[in-house]
Amino acid sequence: MSLPHVNAVVIGAGAGGGVVAKELCEAGLRVALLERGRWYTANDCRKDDLRNQRTSVLGNNSGPDDKRNPRVFVDRDAKRHIVLPSEGGYSNNAACVGGGTLTYGAMAWRYQPKDFRMRSTYGALEGSTLDDWPISYDDLAPFYEKAEYEIGVSGDVSNDPFKGPRAKPLPMPPLSPTREYEILKPAAQRLGLHPFDLPMLRNSVPYNGRPPCMRCRWCVGFVCEVDAKCGTHNTVIPCALATGLCDLRLGCMVKEILTTEQGKITGVSYFDAHDRLQEQPADLVIVSGAAIESARLLLNSKSRLFPNGLGNRFDWVGRNLQGHAYSGATGLFDFDTYDDVGPGANIAICDYNHGNPGLRGGAMLANEFIRLPYQAVDMPPNGVRWGKAHKDFMRRAYRRTIKIMGPTQEMPVFDSRVQLDPSVKDFWGMPVAQLSGYQHPHTLEIAGVMAAKAEAWLQEAGAIQTWRNLPGNGVSGGQHQAGTCRMGNDPKTSVADSWCRVHDTDNLYVIDGSVHVTNGGFNPVLTILANAYRASAHLAQSWKGKV
Amino acid sequence: MAERSALTRRRFLQVAATAAASSALISCGRHAGPWRFFTPGEAGTIEALCEQIIPADQDPGATWAGTIYYIDSQLAGHFRKLQSAYRSGIAACDAACRTAHGQPFAELPFDQQTAFLQRLPNSLQPFFDMVITHTMQGFYGDARHEGNRDAVSWRMLGIPIIPIRGRDHYEFPRKG
Repeated sequence: MSLPHVNAVVIGAGAGGGVVAKELCEAGLRVALLERGRWYTANDCRKDDLRNQRTSVLGNNSGPDDKRNPRVFVDRDAKRHIVLPSEGGYSNNAACVGGGTLTYGAMAWRYQPKDFRMRSTYGALEGSTLDDWPISYDDLAPFYEKAEYEIGVSGDVSNDPFKGPRAKPLPMPPLSPTREYEILKPAAQRLGLHPFDLPMLRNSVPYNGRPPCMRCRWCVGFVCEVDAKCGTHNTVIPCALATGLCDLRLGCMVKEILTTEQGKITGVSYFDAHDRLQEQPADLVIVSGAAIESARLLLNSKSRLFPNGLGNRFDWVGRNLQGHAYSGATGLFDFDTYDDVGPGANIAICDYNHGNPGLRGGAMLANEFIRLPYQAVDMPPNGVRWGKAHKDFMRRAYRRTIKIMGPTQEMPVFDSRVQLDPSVKDFWGMPVAQLSGYQHPHTLEIAGVMAAKAEAWLQEAGAIQTWRNLPGNGVSGGQHQAGTCRMGNDPKTSVADSWCRVHDTDNLYVIDGSVHVTNGGFNPVLTILANAYRASAHLAQSWKGKV
Repeated sequence: MAERSALTRRRFLQVAATAAASSALISCGRHAGPWRFFTPGEAGTIEALCEQIIPADQDPGATWAGTIYYIDSQLAGHFRKLQSAYRSGIAACDAACRTAHGQPFAELPFDQQTAFLQRLPNSLQPFFDMVITHTMQGFYGDARHEGNRDAVSWRMLGIPIIPIRGRDHYEFPRKG
């Protein structure tokens, strides 16, 4: 039996879906917003160092739950591992209202103009599907600004000479500097670099009716205790609900997207919070489940006309799974660098995002978020892992290290991918996502250079010992997962068009990180938010018959 | 928003009852057991291993911090699927010590234990790596998990013990 008809079903209440729901509701559409997780609030803040989205050795704090949602990870030796959301290899983001924006560190980067034109800038790369986006920085700029003002960003990027053109400053000033900031800023300047106060989706002053950051040490991975982090859960989703047109349904796991014999998308079927199968008819279906689950849902939606899943006529759904190859360095100082003032990350340079000789791109470099004690136990550089030497190092070094890391832009790889696993099913009986692939060697080469740049910065800052932190060669994804339903003008080499509409369909959209062609040398969330504003503005206009 | 209904009286009573029961259990465990998973013999081996990994010096070590209580309670909870790895790993470790030194691991003098671990047979390495990981979690993790008594590791590192850490959403182990 089917539910009353709605204009649009939005699948996933994270960064993409939250924005889409609000924009469509404000345009007058009736929206069903389906979220498989729960709605946590500041009251659920649980500062457990061992149980959060960053360190999940005892489980995660904002989903998905381990019992119902396995995946399969295929390692470089082609060995299959069944992995749970709290385990390594799963590439977990979150499952809750707000998605990753509930617990992220909240860096709010605009990609640079060249990040949308990687193929034109650097040429083709063997073994990589490196390409241009079908849209430019200028297309996205007004929507970056909208995201910065509606969701809320603090910082000061006026001293970043490498940024794309922008019409307005950020709406909130940066947080006050920390000891690390005071050490790193003059060192960067002495090296001729251009340090600045990195942008964060975080209140530094009261904004949108919520208080500023209280500077605690439990930030990335945690729900904010004072609700100072700005996500879709405390901005656009409440706005969508306030229209009276948004029906947010929690605990709802979408089974498949429904199509007619003629290929028209008619809605979705999903398991509700009581695991009953429901059918929701809709004029539009918007998939915003993040790169892994969005691809899985398209692949799981098979019919006579779409035997390999929706949008998958040319076998591009699930391809090019990418995140970031994080690399950097740690420096040990002979004085205290730690001042217990969170969130930690606050100073960045974009000098190495592009223009590195012989390299296709690079990364923004910034100081790390505060390392909680357990996150520091792998820190000793000399292979010391236990015993008195390890304890001595922890005692001596914990308050005296600075770590600089950067998200190296990955060269997309066609064989790094999401597929349906042939045998493992989730709690509801649906095939789970199987992740496999590897890093392109050039990505690792760039990451190595970025680590050396970070190390040089630390040495200039006075570190008495430094060591590099390098990424592995396995497929990445995680909280920065992207690329599995890339946008493009040619249906043979992409999944969605430049407005995020899935090729071969009239009314099915993918609006999240999946559509990113490349993923910038930056944290991707502001781009996901901006592109969601852009795509849903177009969607709302075409709904009203204006386009 | 129906999912986020207010705390009902019934729910409050359930939580309060569980809290009372759990604190009784924990205080028993602190002194003489009962262990939730380990036998007394196994506990002796694990406690000695934990102390090797984080020994007492001018600051307390893993034994004083009660790190074994973290491992034991997680083996009855989140680490349930590692039970057999612990059981067989402890047996193999003690067997190797008996072969080499005529005594189980916990009976060896501290320095001889250290020497044994420095020249550990390859077959025991995965087990020891697992104990290292869990010992680090217990000792440097949140005190609420019983392995970092009195936040001793955080005091050692010199980071402030902030009185309000989250809104006290402790989760109590399920029965059985």
